[in-house]
Amino acid sequence: MKAGIIVFPGINRERDMAIALERSAGKKPRMVWHRETDLSDLDLVVIPGGFSYGDYLRCGAMAAQSPIMAAIRGHAARGGHVLGVCNGFQILTEAGLLPGALLRNQGLRFLAMDCHLRVERADTDFTRHYQRGEVFRAPMAHGDGNYFADDATLDLLEGEGRVIFRYATPSGEVTPAANRNGSARNIAGIASANLRVLGLMPHPEDLVDPLMGGEDGKPLFDSITAALAA
Amino acid sequence: MKAVVTVMLKAGVLDPQGKAIGQALAGLGFSGVGEVRAGKVIEIELTGTDPEAAKTQAEEMARKLLANTVIESFRVEVA
Repeated sequence: MKAGIIVFPGINRERDMAIALERSAGKKPRMVWHRETDLSDLDLVVIPGGFSYGDYLRCGAMAAQSPIMAAIRGHAARGGHVLGVCNGFQILTEAGLLPGALLRNQGLRFLAMDCHLRVERADTDFTRHYQRGEVFRAPMAHGDGNYFADDATLDLLEGEGRVIFRYATPSGEVTPAANRNGSARNIAGIASANLRVLGLMPHPEDLVDPLMGGEDGKPLFDSITAALAA
Repeated sequence: MKAVVTVMLKAGVLDPQGKAIGQALAGLGFSGVGEVRAGKVIEIELTGTDPEAAKTQAEEMARKLLANTVIESFRVEVA
């Protein structure tokens, strides 16, 4: 698997993401500056977390208009895999590659804490190394993670099986209390219709080594590495 | 010529910022305060002289960048 990480000005989680990808795939991902325009050498494009362009106007709005975005759209249109985490998820929604939007957290607070995610589908290229219904711990760190879409879009996502992760209790119950940012239907992560573009708010890349306090996030990177092994 | 684009969260989209402002106003003792909604105003200097063309241009800017029409509505005034 040849992976690349898009680096926008203001992004700050690209090195954590690189560690996670290298740990699973065994080779370093390519760092792609936002002014580049060619991603044709990559199997997996990753948009990491941070505060691209200072979150000006709306989180992800400026990045969605940057030069590299046309190449990311082209990669997705060719059926390429794209992973967006945190700001990366916001950028994917702003770019229209995933539906909905991420609003300010309910309660307005920036949330920096662990949360638990229930795996809704374990038959995607990103989640094969989890079990369906499995719960894993993931750190979250965001001010705007409140997933919003109109009811028709939410019904469509549910109907097509595109809700991949939900905020849940450690025992796997999807409750309002487990949904700290107020996301619609506890949605933490969704995928495109072909299941190859995945966006989620929490940070699986931050738990991929016992030295980090756990390996809960590693199956995601093992999954995509296995899916794209060539 | 100046285009003024007002961007607001759509009705039905939770506006926690507006809510917090409303609570703060109540806390200051202002009575009779109903729902408060917060948005943003973007002023754009345009070199053109045709108000209709300026409005059309600003509306296109709003659709492409200034507003996220999934969650926001916008209004353009040209002066």
